[in-house]
Amino acid sequence: MKPFTTLQSRVVGLPVDNIDTDQIIPARFLKGVDRLGLGEGLFANWRDDPEFVLNRPQLQDARILISGENFGCGSSREHAAWALLDFGFRAVISSRFGDIFRSNALKNGLLPVELPHAVVRQLMHHAREPAGLHLEIDLEGSRVRTLATGPDSSTAESWPFTVDPFSRRCLLEGIDQLGFLLRQVPAIERWEASRPVQTPTSSVPQEHRS
Amino acid sequence: MSGRTLFDKIWDAHVAMAETPEHPAVLGIDLHFVHEVTSPQAFAELNRRGLTVRRPDRTVATMDHSTPTLPMSRATLAVLDPSGAHQLDQLETNCARHRIPLFGLESDHQGIVHVIGPELGLTQPGMTIVCGDSHTSTHGAFGALAFGIGTSEVGHVLATQGLLQRRPQTFEVRVEGRLRPGVTAKDLVLYLISRLGIDAGTGSVFEYRGEAIEALTMEERMTLCNMSIEAGARAGLVAPDQTTFDYLRGRAYAPRGQAWEEARRRWSELPTDADATFDRSVTFDAATIEPMLTYGTNPAMAVGIREPIPDRAVGSDDESLRKALDYMGFRSGDQLLGQPIDVVFIGSCTNARLSDLTAAARILEGRRVADQVRMLVVPGSRQVKRQAEELGLDEVFRAAGAEWREAGCSMCLAMNGDQIEPGQYALSTSNRNFEGRQGAGGRTLLASPITAAASAIAGAIVDARETQVEVAS
Repeated sequence: MKPFTTLQSRVVGLPVDNIDTDQIIPARFLKGVDRLGLGEGLFANWRDDPEFVLNRPQLQDARILISGENFGCGSSREHAAWALLDFGFRAVISSRFGDIFRSNALKNGLLPVELPHAVVRQLMHHAREPAGLHLEIDLEGSRVRTLATGPDSSTAESWPFTVDPFSRRCLLEGIDQLGFLLRQVPAIERWEASRPVQTPTSSVPQEHRS
Repeated sequence: MSGRTLFDKIWDAHVAMAETPEHPAVLGIDLHFVHEVTSPQAFAELNRRGLTVRRPDRTVATMDHSTPTLPMSRATLAVLDPSGAHQLDQLETNCARHRIPLFGLESDHQGIVHVIGPELGLTQPGMTIVCGDSHTSTHGAFGALAFGIGTSEVGHVLATQGLLQRRPQTFEVRVEGRLRPGVTAKDLVLYLISRLGIDAGTGSVFEYRGEAIEALTMEERMTLCNMSIEAGARAGLVAPDQTTFDYLRGRAYAPRGQAWEEARRRWSELPTDADATFDRSVTFDAATIEPMLTYGTNPAMAVGIREPIPDRAVGSDDESLRKALDYMGFRSGDQLLGQPIDVVFIGSCTNARLSDLTAAARILEGRRVADQVRMLVVPGSRQVKRQAEELGLDEVFRAAGAEWREAGCSMCLAMNGDQIEPGQYALSTSNRNFEGRQGAGGRTLLASPITAAASAIAGAIVDARETQVEVAS
């Protein structure tokens, strides 16, 4: 996994609440057996509209997406995180994320940044203005800062955010979580051995045993 | 020490390594369900690292999402849907290589993963169960902690039989009183979601409690727990009781003899202690619930079937509601009764079990689906299909003009070719009315099998209680 330290980018604003993973990537794009090329399916049903924000040429280099609340609700498809990354995004800002999407994003180097509802509204407003919005996301310092695009850099603002400390360390160092978990297999084995009763296994039905 | 909830008891019994501020808990997993869509990248990662599946004996695979629901050979499928066929081939290869039991297209037990787990008796109280599918919450109906995971986590469980998890919050959803005749578990869960909102359960595990919940059958409890994720909760639980034990006894993978008695004794200790407390708690009255219908583009946008479309939806701001209504072609204040429909879909892990098909067939018996309506009935599993055919339900559906299909997810998420056309209205017993869920541009209204069947006859939304048919449950 590519480490995530500091990201500076223009921001794309998508002011819709409850964007579910079926919108992020419709099911017809889930028929592959690898993770490649999924950016093509990102918001596929909305991108048919030429006015859709991701179709604007001036936003093609944006690496940060800001959305309404509860981003990534619905289906567990990790393809949603893969599609955002493949399209070029490295961070999504919202006031709340679906639990499974957040977990998937963090395991792939896509940073979910949770900010208060009022801050997201304010940033969304700026992102939709002609001048646009540029932000710096500093994971080490856990802060989001506005970057001045003109001469008035004195107006810069910043907000703290929190990420689960374990996921944060993995992102900063580019460590994948499976590596950590594999080192805990002895603990899992001890737990299994300590269980008073083993639950039935899947390999042989009880009816064929007795 | 104060009492523990059902969730606390299951969680505590599965912590293999305790949580600290620096790292999540390592949670031991009892059972891992695998299907063809969210697993290939996980197996590829294992292969890339030279890892094996640590506990194939705690893993079960089936095929459901990409499977055709018309009878066809694999050779035909490879021509009609080469990428879907490739996913099925890949799952077979991966399961053979890693010695994972697979209920594939040739198996009598193939079906939607959340239908076959319970019907085989694999799903049992007190277990931790995961699957790369958000509707894994279904298995919570048995008092198992069951939740959906992403593909990276599928890889984690394959490789270690453990998962890194922070302890979620507990959320009691209490439903007092009794559901009235003609009001189903589907109506109950749509009502709860519409009141709680689409993200109320984020970070939490629901426990459904109260008289109305205790009165539900196992299949009804599965419908309820299935849609916990539609209110944001990764898992929903119902305490195991005599209803649970009666359902499980004698099923293929359920314990037998002395082992059954021991298991029952263990399971009886699982329910929440009288002095336990929850992080959050809400109470509803079952007797006030009407048959429900969604009008928007998330499951919280639901109303009683006789109510007008509201101008507020819990968990969605005004702009999101307006966008949803524009997509659906509705306006606040509109009545849904009488709304013409193009497609009726009875199926999915929410409502494709035998009791769902029986309820629909009872309404359709001796009647015809309206000429302009296409109706698809897709049993949840081969076993459900076989049982339905033994009861002659397939004949009832065919005689009414509905299509009787092979088991699978089908039109719930429309990735196997079963889909609706842009602009069409589908009345579906599935779980998601998201934009384009059943086909790009398609418009979905979610309802119970009873409402779906009665409306199929009328060609428009009707209140099944008003029609001249027996709907008492």
